[in-house]
Amino acid sequence: MRYLPLTPEDRKEMLATIGAASVDEFYTDVPEAARLGGKITGLPDHQGELAVERHMGALAAKNRTASEGPFFVGCGAYKHHVPATVDHIIQRSEFLTTYTPYQPEIAQGTLQSLFEFQSQVAALTAMEVANASMYDGSTACAEAAVMACRVTRRQKVVLSGGLHPHYAAATRTVCEAQGIEIVQLAPGVDDELALVDAVDDETACVIGQSPNVFGTVTDLTPVADAAHEKKALLVSVFTEAVALGMTMPPGEMGADIAVGEGQSIGNPLNFGGPYVGLFACSKKLMRQMPGRLCGETVDADGNRGFVLTLSTREQHIRRDKATSNICTNAGLCTLAFTAHMTLLGEKGLGHLAQLNHEAACMLADALEGVPGVELLTPRFFNEFAFRIPGDAGDVLEKLDGLGVVGGVRASRLYPGKGLDDVIIAAATECTSEADIKAYADALATVLS
Amino acid sequence: MSMNSQGRPTTPSAPSAQPAIETVSGSRGLQQREDLIFETGSTTKTGVDLPAPKGGMDRLGGVTRKKSVGLPGLSEPEAVRHYVRLSQQNYAIDLGLFPLGSCTMKHNPRLNEKVARMPGFADIHPLQPQSTVQGALELIDELATWLKTLTGMPAVAMSPKAGAHGEFCGMMAIRGALIARGEIETRTRVLVPASAHGTNPATAVQCGFKVDEIKADARGRVDMDDFKSKLEGSDDIAGIMLTNPNTCGLFETDIREIADLIHQAGGYFYCDGANFNAIVGRVRPGDLGVDAMHINLHKTFSTPHGGGGPGAGPTVLSEALADFAPVPFVVEEDGVFHLVEQRSGEGSDAFGRLCAFHGQMGMFTRALAYMLSHGADGLKQAAEDAVLNANYLQSRLKTVMTPAFDGYCMHEALFSDAFTAEGIETLDIAKAMIDEGYHPMTMYFPLVVHGAMLIEPTETESKAELDRFCESLLSIAEKAKAGDQSLKSAPYLAPKRRLDETQAARKPELRWSEPDKIAAE
Repeated sequence: MRYLPLTPEDRKEMLATIGAASVDEFYTDVPEAARLGGKITGLPDHQGELAVERHMGALAAKNRTASEGPFFVGCGAYKHHVPATVDHIIQRSEFLTTYTPYQPEIAQGTLQSLFEFQSQVAALTAMEVANASMYDGSTACAEAAVMACRVTRRQKVVLSGGLHPHYAAATRTVCEAQGIEIVQLAPGVDDELALVDAVDDETACVIGQSPNVFGTVTDLTPVADAAHEKKALLVSVFTEAVALGMTMPPGEMGADIAVGEGQSIGNPLNFGGPYVGLFACSKKLMRQMPGRLCGETVDADGNRGFVLTLSTREQHIRRDKATSNICTNAGLCTLAFTAHMTLLGEKGLGHLAQLNHEAACMLADALEGVPGVELLTPRFFNEFAFRIPGDAGDVLEKLDGLGVVGGVRASRLYPGKGLDDVIIAAATECTSEADIKAYADALATVLS
Repeated sequence: MSMNSQGRPTTPSAPSAQPAIETVSGSRGLQQREDLIFETGSTTKTGVDLPAPKGGMDRLGGVTRKKSVGLPGLSEPEAVRHYVRLSQQNYAIDLGLFPLGSCTMKHNPRLNEKVARMPGFADIHPLQPQSTVQGALELIDELATWLKTLTGMPAVAMSPKAGAHGEFCGMMAIRGALIARGEIETRTRVLVPASAHGTNPATAVQCGFKVDEIKADARGRVDMDDFKSKLEGSDDIAGIMLTNPNTCGLFETDIREIADLIHQAGGYFYCDGANFNAIVGRVRPGDLGVDAMHINLHKTFSTPHGGGGPGAGPTVLSEALADFAPVPFVVEEDGVFHLVEQRSGEGSDAFGRLCAFHGQMGMFTRALAYMLSHGADGLKQAAEDAVLNANYLQSRLKTVMTPAFDGYCMHEALFSDAFTAEGIETLDIAKAMIDEGYHPMTMYFPLVVHGAMLIEPTETESKAELDRFCESLLSIAEKAKAGDQSLKSAPYLAPKRRLDETQAARKPELRWSEPDKIAAE
């Protein structure tokens, strides 16, 4: 048992120091009926590293990776290249194996990187302040809705028809428990501006997304104006952080709260998690934000340092009156994000965004050339929806048989909404021209 | 002059106090000064080489960014140095004992890191066809089997992303069950002990319940008289949220009775599983009458804390709550694994979705590798060693420090500040531990003990390390007892002296701004 340093002699000696005959004495508070005699049955005994690695390797081998061939799946998680440096940095013991920075004198590494992370997220979203992360984009979205209700003292939230359905579902879960009314607009590829007419005097916030789940980019300024006129807030969502390198960011559209998924920067696909939720807002809403906040201060010698701050918002101080129940967030994923963003810089981010956009433009051109394909997304960054004659599930399965993972069938996200013939496909800097050609050729074969 | 083990002279006649040496660089030996990337980087510099764009393609329809982003970049060597220098200002488990009570800071095996990075796990997309991710679904199913078997519970929701998220999941399942019973309007009260983690009351409120606090008794357990009086003649009880072993590091002796009484009162039993590490293989929560319990994979099952996450909080559910689990979940049929993402039909019992996708896969791989490594026998031994280590610390430390309660503890030892001299606080002891090269214990929690010091060594500490730790802490405790005022200014040797948290909160600076912009404000 390689993870246990105590020897049988140590145990004996320690029990003697304590004055106990055996460890059983420590468990006498357990009701007798609930004490397990031997070990739990039905589970294997301990194994060496090699055996475990083989077992895990066998499971891993049953999955098709995104790097194995042409791959076009997006909708909230994106296949990007992560520089080798990023993974090296997050595996530094001092970052990997430390806790939430409760003792700032010996956690400045984590704290300064969080301060830089918050500054980067604020800049990326063009918002005034950002927190130290949420679990992921969807939970950040749910927390934004609740925060808007707290700020406006209203109990109604309107969701656009292009908000990622998982984000909408997570938001509904949190809101319904608190008696907050949810108004869900019908799914629409290019309907974000329908929020303009949906806002009324009872609305706490409207939640729009750009690029939305169908890939459509939208200037939400008219939505912000309409919301503000009714003293409601605009929550602006994004699931592809790279898009903010060239598309209009929430802050330029008048958003009060910006939330999104940061996975694209620094974090691998990981089958859906762990990811990193980005959360930013205007300065006047700062004290209503959920989650950890890192702030600048000085130490006893007058040197600059960083601490977790405004903790009177938080559960460990405020308990039942906290702004959120969040405790653990996405620590190491924020480090991956901030390290990758530092490597990119403004120059690299803009460049990366352009490569993504160009890959998607080339993909759209190629697929539009396939007879029967109808492009649905009018303006896009690196992802778009298109209609094919036939069932998207069947088509994707046949594409898979030809070695192409062609995207997400819209009906997986919107069951029973008449989107059975719609596919949503994404391209990134990892998508080669050969991949695009392979997709177009395979689709032509499948549809012919 | 003393000699080191190689026979070389050590610092000759060094003065006892640290000399105030000023350096030009601001660095202090291996402690390198490191400025913010916003001060050292530039928007025209980058640490990545990307192929040249082709140009001439634009389908954004004018929805473009108007202003510059303002993000500094660094070359690769500069970036590496930046983060490595920052890392050297952090304490970590890999450096030494990290006795934060209730946090279970145990060794993080590197095999876990290796398997989590296998492309078959790290490079798969949550929405790719299910036929292409059978190994991933099988892994989730296998981990679920371990969790169900270890807890003796029939169902588990895998998607909660951390402990507090698991609490939310469990309380939402209780809410779902009450809705199904038609009692959600009347059953609004959740009992929470005063010693509970702050997440418990926060979660209850987030789920639409009211919190009613139960007192602790003189033994550090639930005050049964207070508990019973709250149930008496009531018909508004939704449930109880109870940590077991509790936050005083003690097993709740009356737990079966508490479970029975809450059930008789028509409520459900939520157990906060943060301290499961103490009892794995010795007790199954399912045998205690628990209806829902989250399991912090980042505590009990060794996934790294990463400076505050990511965690994972799968939540086991009893028969009574199993139907109220969120989507998605994995089912197996003839060797094929399916991910159920929508409950079929109207009036389904599920409360919906907790988050996008299927949970913290990266933590699942690590936790399963840990479980397979330890096996059923090793997990039990780990729990016993964790409890043995804590009792060893308690028995050595109580020679000077004041145990909060009599008797043996479970996996963590709790002390009050009763032994300290007037004017010396728990905070001062904690900060002095930093100078001794240790991370402090959990301070001022649980709230039911004055000046609480909660010490959890975990099972991955050797006896020698525990002995060194005791010597350090005992010497500080002696000083605290004697009223040594030097403790008030500790730490002296850390990368930073005590930080001014009041100033940080009074005028919050949460991001970097241009110096001239700050002056203008």
